[in-house]
Amino acid sequence: MIRIRGLAKHYGAFEALKGIDIDVAPGEFLVVLGPSGAGKSTLLRCINRLTTPTRGEIHIDGQPASDGAASLRRLRCSVAMIFQHYNVVPRLSVEKNVLTGRLGAMPSLLSWLQVFPRADVAIARECLRRVELEDKAKRRTDTLSGGQKQRVGIARALAQQPKVILADEPVASLDPKTSRTVLTYLKQASRELGITVVCNLHQIDYAREFGERVIGVSAGRVVFEGAPDKLSDDVLHRIYPGLEEAGSTAAAPQPAEPHPPLMRDLVLKEA
Amino acid sequence: MGSYTLLVARPPGNLGWWPRAGIAAGLLALLWWAAQGSQVSFGELAKGLPWIADFLSRMFPPNLAFLDKLVRPAIETIQIAIWGTLLAVILALPLCFLAARNLTPGPVVYHATRQVLNVTRGINEIILALVFVAAVGLGPFPGVLALAVHGAGMLGKFFAESIEEIDSGPIEALRSTGAGPIQIIIFGVLPQVVTAWIAVVLYRFETNLRQATVLGMVGAGGIGFELVGSMKLFQYQDTATCILVIIAMVMAADYMSTWLRARIQQGNR
Repeated sequence: MIRIRGLAKHYGAFEALKGIDIDVAPGEFLVVLGPSGAGKSTLLRCINRLTTPTRGEIHIDGQPASDGAASLRRLRCSVAMIFQHYNVVPRLSVEKNVLTGRLGAMPSLLSWLQVFPRADVAIARECLRRVELEDKAKRRTDTLSGGQKQRVGIARALAQQPKVILADEPVASLDPKTSRTVLTYLKQASRELGITVVCNLHQIDYAREFGERVIGVSAGRVVFEGAPDKLSDDVLHRIYPGLEEAGSTAAAPQPAEPHPPLMRDLVLKEA
Repeated sequence: MGSYTLLVARPPGNLGWWPRAGIAAGLLALLWWAAQGSQVSFGELAKGLPWIADFLSRMFPPNLAFLDKLVRPAIETIQIAIWGTLLAVILALPLCFLAARNLTPGPVVYHATRQVLNVTRGINEIILALVFVAAVGLGPFPGVLALAVHGAGMLGKFFAESIEEIDSGPIEALRSTGAGPIQIIIFGVLPQVVTAWIAVVLYRFETNLRQATVLGMVGAGGIGFELVGSMKLFQYQDTATCILVIIAMVMAADYMSTWLRARIQQGNR
């Protein structure tokens, strides 16, 4: 479904990605594991071209990704994204937030006037039902809890009826119990609908629990690829260099870091 | 009597008080120079006091019978302010997105739009009104145009600044759904700025009403026309009535817009 070859992204002198090759099979739930600043976010953002890669090729469902307005819109319609900070529009209702997932597919002019095709409204309802928030449909989204906001984020992604969902640290701002709930919703819905998922995580136990396959990324390179039960201590040291010196155990979740660029700086110092 | 002590820290540096003394002398020279140019003279003011008193006494009592004649111009003033504000909003809307650093298509468009807003905001309404009176003739419409142009510059700047303050996360999320630029503005930007915008527009309406009361002085309609007319005819009692009506209108507008803005900010929470 996704085929990435030689993907590189440079920010000035800093190389966020140093030549990445990944294949993702249709319907797969792939976890990209790595410390904050390893380049996981950049990798996902290159796939839907929120970031333009410096080098390399990306094919999605056989289509090469490119930057023309029309092809970009087509690409983004079939590739949905879920964000660490939910990125829901606070002052819109839950239902309208989910409907924004349909914007790429509906007539622009009518949507400007807040007129939505019934079929799209029905899709939005169905997606809200999948994350069990249909009773909150008319609530303003800023009245929801963090976990509920992320479920709205998932519903918005599902509403796109995408082939691929890119989830960028979807639970990094949530407590462990809520994190499991949210990941369960994401996994269930994508399994039932046959959606390919690429999910960035930095917590090793979630990668083991939810991933069907795991790719370990460290300092812009793929350092591991395999089944979650192959995540041995040796592998984890490759993904998280300096884990022993930090004195933490492999299973300890890293603290959520609201400023990724700062963490990137940290990694630079380590490297 | 107790005893007192002067508690002033000695300025840092080897020179002590000398630099401060120099600055003080420079400021005094500036004030003296400006007083020469503007002919500020308290002696003249003192000599003029009897004439000012005479002028005020001629205004008293205000001619309340003149109120009848002021109803129409007062209403016209409000009408000018309404359309001046509305046209200003319409002009500012397309410009503000180009003048917001986070939405602008490029630095050239950004700087060009900012300059347009600066220029329109920089020209006083009265001067604009003079220009428009020359262009479209006497009456309230040039007043509307003057308020619209000046207001567009001010509103465009404030609109753009509130756009620059929004959370960029939802915008990025909408972009990733394949939404078009106008869809992103309607579903991602407007919900985040609309209350701030309404507050600014109300404030602008208040300002426009205040400005509309003087536009008539240059022939651009409203109650200011009656004010100048009565003065030219030496009908100072009528002038007093005009001033009272203007004060009442401005106070009413100020009170209403303050009240509405407070309500909106409350609803925001």
